Amino acid sequence: MRVMVMVKATKDSEAGAIPSAELLEAMGKYNEELISAGVLLTGDGLKPSSAGKRVAFDGPNRSIIDGPFAETRELVAGFWLWEVKDMDEAVAWVKRCPNPMPGPSEIEIRPVVDATDFGEELAPEFGERLNRLRERLPER
Amino acid sequence: MAASDTHRAIETVFRIERARLVGGLARMVRDVDLAEELAQDALLAALCEWPRTGVPQNPGAWLTATARRRAIDRLRRAAMLTRKHAEIGRDLAEESESHVAALEAALDDDVGDEVLSLIFTACHPVLSPDARAALTLRLIGGLTTDEIARAFLAGEPTIAQRIVRAKKTLREAGLSYEVPRGGERAERLASVLEVIYLIFNEGYAATAGADLTRPALCMEAQRLGRILAGLMPEEPEVFGLLALMELQASRLAARLGPDGMLLPLTEQNRARWDQLLIRRGLAALARAEALGGARGPYALQAALAACHARARRAEETDWARIAALYDTLREVMPSPVVDLNRAIAHSMAFGPEAGLALLAAIDRDALRNYAPLPAARGDFLFRSGRLAEARQAFEEAAALTRNERERAFLLKRAAACGG
Repeated sequence: MRVMVMVKATKDSEAGAIPSAELLEAMGKYNEELISAGVLLTGDGLKPSSAGKRVAFDGPNRSIIDGPFAETRELVAGFWLWEVKDMDEAVAWVKRCPNPMPGPSEIEIRPVVDATDFGEELAPEFGERLNRLRERLPER
Repeated sequence: MAASDTHRAIETVFRIERARLVGGLARMVRDVDLAEELAQDALLAALCEWPRTGVPQNPGAWLTATARRRAIDRLRRAAMLTRKHAEIGRDLAEESESHVAALEAALDDDVGDEVLSLIFTACHPVLSPDARAALTLRLIGGLTTDEIARAFLAGEPTIAQRIVRAKKTLREAGLSYEVPRGGERAERLASVLEVIYLIFNEGYAATAGADLTRPALCMEAQRLGRILAGLMPEEPEVFGLLALMELQASRLAARLGPDGMLLPLTEQNRARWDQLLIRRGLAALARAEALGGARGPYALQAALAACHARARRAEETDWARIAALYDTLREVMPSPVVDLNRAIAHSMAFGPEAGLALLAAIDRDALRNYAPLPAARGDFLFRSGRLAEARQAFEEAAALTRNERERAFLLKRAAACGG
């Protein structure tokens, strides 16, 4: 199964604090371990939310909100996509991660929706629509 | 945490550490079976101790140390028994004692390529390809005998016996259980790659049974390929194979139509291709080429798959490039199957007559009873408007295939020829 592993933001990450050399080294080693175990698919760190924007939807209206955003604990500071056998394995790997922040922090694991999760009826139809959209892209 | 949760957590840690543990132990005791037994003992010890003491900071090191201690105890006992029971066993006893000393000296010597040496051992050429695949899934993939049996649609006793025999063959061959170096390395690596691709293909193009694909087997092979790429970052063909598997697997979800039939590339819904796998595949291919491996057989096949992955619509497929890649592949890896695919590529790039001309030059005897050959001929004839001959070719192909769904697909094409 594929999971998204999200490092939650803290005051430090939101302040744009640069990780210590020790943390960078530990993280590098950890990433290497994930690669050697065939677990890591992709991943990246994110800039603080002050560099981000949000688009709010309300019916036909769209409004732009500039960062930073207030609810720090709900923000994401970095992510990985992993391929693991089950959630147990994902949890075991996350436990081995060096604490990504100077203070207390949290990492959240969420399984990625599989095409089969849509149900047999919906999946082809859903894909078909995406495909039609995509075929129009080169015309732009 | 409830006791059962703790046990589950410990078993998961063990699962992650297992290959490294067994690899290190196998190198130590030169016996894969004994290594697995010692690893299992270490798991039991962990299940006893960790609920009390908590999971250690470095669980892998704890498991390794525990298993190694047990291995040494066992060798000591064996050495003592030999000494007690037989005067003539004296040399042997001395040898065992020096073995123990060497092992103790090597205890802190963490080489770090336990998994790699285990992969090379499981894929050793002294074993048959089937045995290599089963042992690799067992030792590195951590699959149970039952899971392997289901993957290969074989009975559990068959697979169990295959694994027992493979371990025995390895033991009797007196191997070093090391990662091969020098001239031997290239040949041994070829065997490893072959096994991984065999596992992948068994999942991607199931040769028998009711399902056309078994994605779990593909995923296992991809994981093995990713592990290998992590452990051998300088080997171009490792990345070539990884690229090939990632790119082919990106299409798994799109290969089956709503009626469960196999869809040809041109009819697949490309929105269902897995973009992450495509990106990973293209990156691995770029790595293989950067390492000077553009002409490797796996890299070439990956380059072919990449041509399809890059085309956002079937009409955008660069068939001329594909035909050229097949021309090269034919030199590097001559085979009648490559010739057949080359004919298909040329038919797409330059018309069905070009395909028919190349088909005529193919070694028919080598591909006798090979369903894709008449299937391709049927397709070329159909596109040339020679419907009666096309129908006959499709029917011939349908009679040859062992896969039920593929047969249905071919019969549908035969019916579309009318008559």
